[in-house]
Amino acid sequence: MKPLESTGDRDLLSAYTYPWKKILIGIFITAACALSAVAIGSVYIPAFSIFSILFSKLFFFQGSDHLTPSSHTIIWDIRFPRVVLALLVGASLGISGATYQGLFKNPLADPYLIGVASGASLGATLVFLTGLPFTYGYFSLLPVASFCGGLAAVYIAYLISHNSGDTQLSTLLLAGLAIGAFATAITGILMLRSDPDLRPLLSWLMGGFIRAQWNHSILMIPYMAVGTIFILGYSRILNTMQLEEYYSESLGVDVEKTKRVLIISATLMTSAAVSFSGLIGFVGLIAPHVIRLLWGTDYRTILPLSGIAGAAFLVLADLTARTIISPVELPVGIITALVGSPFFVYLLLKSKRTIENGY
Amino acid sequence: MAIKIQDVSYNYGHEDVIKKINLDFVPGQLVSLVGPNGAGKTTLLKLISGVLEPASGQIHIYDQLSENLSHKERALLISLVPQNPNLPLEMGITDFIMLGRNPHLKLLQWESAADFKIAQESIDLTEIDHLIQRKLGEVSGGERQRIMLALAMTQRSPIMLLDEPTSNLDISHQTKVMSLIKKIHDQKSNDGATILAIHDLNIAAQFSDRVILFSEGIVAVDGTPEEVLTKNNIEAIYGSEVSIIPHPEHGSPLIIS
Repeated sequence: MKPLESTGDRDLLSAYTYPWKKILIGIFITAACALSAVAIGSVYIPAFSIFSILFSKLFFFQGSDHLTPSSHTIIWDIRFPRVVLALLVGASLGISGATYQGLFKNPLADPYLIGVASGASLGATLVFLTGLPFTYGYFSLLPVASFCGGLAAVYIAYLISHNSGDTQLSTLLLAGLAIGAFATAITGILMLRSDPDLRPLLSWLMGGFIRAQWNHSILMIPYMAVGTIFILGYSRILNTMQLEEYYSESLGVDVEKTKRVLIISATLMTSAAVSFSGLIGFVGLIAPHVIRLLWGTDYRTILPLSGIAGAAFLVLADLTARTIISPVELPVGIITALVGSPFFVYLLLKSKRTIENGY
Repeated sequence: MAIKIQDVSYNYGHEDVIKKINLDFVPGQLVSLVGPNGAGKTTLLKLISGVLEPASGQIHIYDQLSENLSHKERALLISLVPQNPNLPLEMGITDFIMLGRNPHLKLLQWESAADFKIAQESIDLTEIDHLIQRKLGEVSGGERQRIMLALAMTQRSPIMLLDEPTSNLDISHQTKVMSLIKKIHDQKSNDGATILAIHDLNIAAQFSDRVILFSEGIVAVDGTPEEVLTKNNIEAIYGSEVSIIPHPEHGSPLIIS
């Protein structure tokens, strides 16, 4: 037997090692993006001041006396909450996008293309329009309503495509598309009929972090954590799900249960993202694909790194959105769509070729 | 008894494709299911593997009622080599073969060095060592079949089911793949069984311990290749004239149309 060469960072005879190194490098790059995003803006804040505030807040020590109250406010109350929320939303969209793609065996699946996000935003819009106070301390009605909306959208799509005990995945995507369009239409009607004072909602739907507060990040973390734990726990099984369903079952996978767990988890993360940042497309499409290009098809690598890549991408997109034609701020959804749409077309052409070649 | 099939029926819509079949599969045998298209051989394979559930009747796998087995329990007893499945072409071949360890792993457990060693044994036996750096989209039909055999072997289940393992292969690869199946079968302990659905009667004759000839959803003839693959049986069921001579090397029946 000839000696085995190493494939990437493992050879055949050694066990799979968790991609800690890649994750650490990814976190480092993302942190650098985040700090630049805090520093850059209409008022430039030197890196030293950022660290000084960060450390004084993290370790409760008084080191930021030299800062003017206004730069303190800009850093701690305006830019940091915004960057942190963008990180959380980007990570959620990256992980949930990768999960949908793995489940639907389709690199074009994105929370915004399969109706989940539109359903979630309809749920959130209903809360807005009822005029209910949507936060009670650290509990918010918004993510719950979004989750119901998103889950309803994906569940209806699932029912439509659920055929003789099996889910037809291409039908699921098309059904998701139709339900997404329907939910968006209803949202539109509701808003036109609503109180003009509530119209600013429109800008929320365009996606953005203009009104980001610390509170939003804190409210979002539990939903994100629960979704991430379940999804990462199922990451090895998601590899097996890349085969046809009966083939996965013959390898001992409970396909229907896996789908339920992963759809609910990914929808939870998408909904939480939608309820605090509105509709931001294509992050869940781009991040996993870049990771796949770099490091192959193992979802144990793809899932965590898609989260990191999504976070970095969205922070940079938000930075671009607020600085490119400053002082006017673009909704970040416009930036991600500008980058994402050509990318989508590229993926479409690529997967068309693959389909013609047999899969 | 490895597999016991009692009064099993199955229908697609109004059409009965399996009609009250009774069959026993004893351990240690390599069995071929043959018959004209639509005779029910692939359907029976799907019923045994649990892809389909019988409309009536019962299937026991090692004395356990098949419908009571979880996917995992079933996968520990039965491995499946399907016919022309859509495979994820971007997946690495090592990653694909390692999926065979899934039934042995808990949710949060990942493959250990021992699992990789088992995969390596399958890779050695199926002689695909030179392919493991490649992706599934980068191999030929014969290589793909051997890779799927390596996956099924890595599962280490006593029963192996194969659906038309030689279809779409040229004659040299047909022989190679069948010899390999025989080798895998012989390597198993005596309580294992290998069952294949196959339309090529000569391959069935040459490699099987037992041949079951299906016709319109029932078992027409069941026995050794010599007992089953006779001129009368084949002409009656396939409706076309054949001659049968002994294979010059193996002595098994050779069917010439």
